[in-house]
Amino acid sequence: MEKGKGLARRWAVEFAENSYSSSPVDVPDPMGFSRSSSDPDDANASRQKKEAEAAWKAQKAWEVAQAPVKNLLMMGFMMWMAGSTVHLFSIGITFSALWQPISALQGVGKVFEPYKDPRVDTLAPKLLFIALNLAGLVLGIWKLNTLGLLPTHASDWVSSLPPASEVEYAGGGLPVH
Amino acid sequence: MAIRACLGLMILLVFSSTISTALFEDQVGLADWHQKYIGKVKHAIFHTQKTGRKRVVVSTEENVVASLDLRTGDIFWRHVLGKIDRIDQVDITLGKYVVTLSSGGSILRAWNLPDGQMIWESILQVSAPSKSLLHVPANMNVGKDNLILVFGGSSIHALSSTDGQIVWRKELSTNSLEIQQVFQPHDSDIIYALGFIGSSEFVAYYVNYKTGEVLQQSKASFKSGFCGEASLASDDVVVALDASRTYLVSISFRNGVINFQQIYIRDLIPEFSGKATLLPSKYNGILAVDIASSIVLLRVKGVNELEIIEKINYPSAISDALPLSKEQQAFAILQHDESRIHFKVKFDTDLTNEVLKETIQMDGQRGNIEKVFINNYMRTDRTHGFRVLVVMEDHSLLLVQQGEIVWSREDGLASIVDSTTSELPVEKEGVSVAEVEHSLFEWLKGHFLKLKGTLMLASPDEVAAIQAIRLKSFEKNKMTRDHNGFRKLIIVLTRAGKVLALHTGDGRVVWSVLLPVLRKSETCGNPFALNVYQWQVPHHHAMHENPSVLVVGRCGHNFDAPGIFSIVDAYNGKVHNSLVLEHSVRHIMPLPLTDSTEQNLHIVIDDNLHAHLYPKTSDSVKIFLDEMPNIYWYSVEVGKNIIKGYSLEIKGELDMAENVFQPKELWSIVFPSESETIALTATRKMNEIVHTQAKIVADQDVMYKYISTNILFVATVAPKASGEIGSATPEEAWLYAYLIDTVSGRILHRVSHQGAQGPIHAVVSENWVVYHYFNLRAHRHEMSVIEIYDQSREDNKDVWKLVLGKHNLTAPISSYSKPEVTVKSQSYFFTHSVKSLAVTVTAKGITSKQLLIGTIGDQVLALDKRFLDPRRSVNPTQSEKEEGIIPLTDSLPIVPQSYVTHALQVEGLRGIVTTPAKLESTTLVFSYGVDLFFTRIAPSRTYDSLTEDFSYALLLLTIVALVAALLVTWALSEKKELREKWR
Repeated sequence: MEKGKGLARRWAVEFAENSYSSSPVDVPDPMGFSRSSSDPDDANASRQKKEAEAAWKAQKAWEVAQAPVKNLLMMGFMMWMAGSTVHLFSIGITFSALWQPISALQGVGKVFEPYKDPRVDTLAPKLLFIALNLAGLVLGIWKLNTLGLLPTHASDWVSSLPPASEVEYAGGGLPVH
Repeated sequence: MAIRACLGLMILLVFSSTISTALFEDQVGLADWHQKYIGKVKHAIFHTQKTGRKRVVVSTEENVVASLDLRTGDIFWRHVLGKIDRIDQVDITLGKYVVTLSSGGSILRAWNLPDGQMIWESILQVSAPSKSLLHVPANMNVGKDNLILVFGGSSIHALSSTDGQIVWRKELSTNSLEIQQVFQPHDSDIIYALGFIGSSEFVAYYVNYKTGEVLQQSKASFKSGFCGEASLASDDVVVALDASRTYLVSISFRNGVINFQQIYIRDLIPEFSGKATLLPSKYNGILAVDIASSIVLLRVKGVNELEIIEKINYPSAISDALPLSKEQQAFAILQHDESRIHFKVKFDTDLTNEVLKETIQMDGQRGNIEKVFINNYMRTDRTHGFRVLVVMEDHSLLLVQQGEIVWSREDGLASIVDSTTSELPVEKEGVSVAEVEHSLFEWLKGHFLKLKGTLMLASPDEVAAIQAIRLKSFEKNKMTRDHNGFRKLIIVLTRAGKVLALHTGDGRVVWSVLLPVLRKSETCGNPFALNVYQWQVPHHHAMHENPSVLVVGRCGHNFDAPGIFSIVDAYNGKVHNSLVLEHSVRHIMPLPLTDSTEQNLHIVIDDNLHAHLYPKTSDSVKIFLDEMPNIYWYSVEVGKNIIKGYSLEIKGELDMAENVFQPKELWSIVFPSESETIALTATRKMNEIVHTQAKIVADQDVMYKYISTNILFVATVAPKASGEIGSATPEEAWLYAYLIDTVSGRILHRVSHQGAQGPIHAVVSENWVVYHYFNLRAHRHEMSVIEIYDQSREDNKDVWKLVLGKHNLTAPISSYSKPEVTVKSQSYFFTHSVKSLAVTVTAKGITSKQLLIGTIGDQVLALDKRFLDPRRSVNPTQSEKEEGIIPLTDSLPIVPQSYVTHALQVEGLRGIVTTPAKLESTTLVFSYGVDLFFTRIAPSRTYDSLTEDFSYALLLLTIVALVAALLVTWALSEKKELREKWR
């Protein structure tokens, strides 16, 4: 409860509808200002404001959706740096390259939650976001394959097979002496 | 790029560290032990006159000359002469040199008595190696140039004892002369040499000691012939045995006149029957004759007058005479009385009374007394005291003094014939708890010390204490099975027919048993031990039973002599069953089959090629008959240059009581005897486990190994080049290596090495063979590797088929399907000549392999199999490098750190035995020769366990510190948050 209050304070500054009611109390209202007063102009302004906000949200959502591109490029660079031999560094990079898209995909809803608005269409950015992350995942898997960690060769399946048993048995040799 | 470079360096470091598996100095003795032995003693010379360290110099049947501490039996120094350098005689000259005569009288060496350094060596020209005698004059005055006389073949050599120079040499006779006795009357310059020419002529020479001039020579022939034994009775009478060994012939040779006098032994000893043997002894006028049932002492009164003094019943032994003064000699008689031994000392002047009479309790597992050496010491009351050195039937050596065994040495272990391993009993609950509680404080203290050592806070004393704790670890010497499978029993069979169990922790003898069937008896005159096999290894059904081993022997050296079986409990050495078989033993095949009590089935092939099944129970017959069509056997006949393969068949009705099967010849390979002789054969170990049939090569490609237990490696050499190195020119020498399937007789591969010759050593494992030989053209030893791959499975490469399991890789294979094979091979130079080759084995066969090479320096060298990889090339590609292929070099490297035996030597190395531990990374290595050495090695390091010196205390401390830090930071953060909230 106490922690929630702290968070609410920050939220209030930026986006909340009823921000005025919980505005900081330590700053007194200026003289002649009435909080409850409202006029039709204001309503118009607020609609405009809302539209601007929606546009801004849509823009933000697209920005967020495109963010993985940067990530992708950086990952690509890191992978190139890591080389194709299996060691701690390359494995770490590869696994982070795999983990990042997966965790991002898991949190798709959360990432776009702030931009949720009846007037904003977040589906397209979401799809882009998912597509880019999937690309990242593919890149990670490709890297895993180049490291030889995917069972895509016959050798990966054969090694675990036990040697074939023999039908015949022969003994003997030199006479014991 | 910098990161890549840095990483490259890291990888390099990781790789280079995996190659060296050397020990640190403080790790010596943690997992390994080394025991020194000398073998069965043949001669012993005491050196006790002077003050200082009392010692006895011995020479043994393992060709060892050694100086032992008379107080403890420890070895002061020891030299192992070569296998062919048999020691004939040993003596002490000038009071400071040990002289040994070896190699049939052709090599004489002098060793410094205190430290064993060689002083000089002389090679003597002997026409033919024969019985040789060493004569070191007893009445030597120091300062005078004393001569050592060597009688060998038909010549006498006189050598200066100070520098080994030959002073004079005398040829006595050109035809087969054998000198039997040499003596020098007191204060005389004349040496008497008595011997036989051929089998019927007696000859006596009088030789001038200083010049070698033959002063007088007399010969006489005796019509019924001599058997070649003679004993000197007095200054002018020698007693010999005739050719039939039933007559004593007393020969007098005074003043060159030889007289023979025959005495029928039965006239003297009425109960005598069979054959007599003269015991070599030098008594004044006394003769010791060994007749089958007892030893008889005879006094020689005149040329034709012999008188029985005493009859000593078997089993007993009698020592040489020990001169106490000019007139008096003493000798010892030891006689068995069940578990006791009566020890008597007599003077030759008074034979009726004993000077000393003692009774000693003797361990029943040592058998009878074989040899006795007597020595005297002065008691405080100026009388003579006596001690005897006793060689027992099991080749052990004991010192007996004042009615007690002062020390004993288990020297039978110097002649191990075969060995196997056995698990220890499973730890039962509630056995070791008390001990743990008792030592809890000790345990804590030990770990605290270890921690200090790890943190480098320990003082030198504490470091020493840590080392002592590590060496005397209670853990490794327990008599129970351990989790890692390091603790086992090594069961060894010695030439004396004794079976001993050694603990792998410290090498102590847990139990020993002298097998009664391998001792001389009426039914079996000359038994000897052959092999030891696992008989019963209970692990599923018969857990309550102890494991047991099968000891196989033979009565006599011919192949048609009856075989001997003995089944010994591996936990306590109790003999469950022992029998002399009705048939001979030519081959023994342990089958991969067990009966319901988990006894391993064995097929014994006798000399008539009939197969006998053991154990002889109806249960085992039933199991065997199911498998019989798939059981084959083969025989390598070296003399005939033939390898023959057989199957088993039943002719007529099978006799259930006998279980005899007839052979049916299937194939034979005849090597052309004018160009090839079989030099060596090698097979895979039956119990070797292979983890995978695939070999993954560069770029994820797969090659299928040809894994068959039925591969026989045969090496043949040119008949001309079958001798020693240098006996043939490179053009005359060649070596063929064959890989043969022993079921179908198919030759899988054949390769020739021109200009190569033996000695050849080989080891077969998985799908490869490594063999070692000499290259005459390059004047160097070479090692070659052949790897064999199955071509018929090569098309199993579709991933989807493998994923879905649509492949035939696990289907049983038959040799008759004749799979196509390909081989890869490569040769390398190798610096050392080799005494033995072995390969590491691990429990699951996953760990990479190392070759264990017994070098000429009697050490065991571990060489990674990666060095013997036929896919090595001068410039390996990047992917091959990643795979671990080493660039090709013309010779194999010898890394000094990779000697398994580190600074020690396993003198007279004969065999290396590897056993897997339960821990996959680890192999137990037991190497034997005159010495024993045991260690455990991890060819790819111990990747599956923490090292021995891992500090658990440090780990604990770290955890505690981390938890404390966690608590403190948590408290701090709470406080901070509270403060934040109040703000």
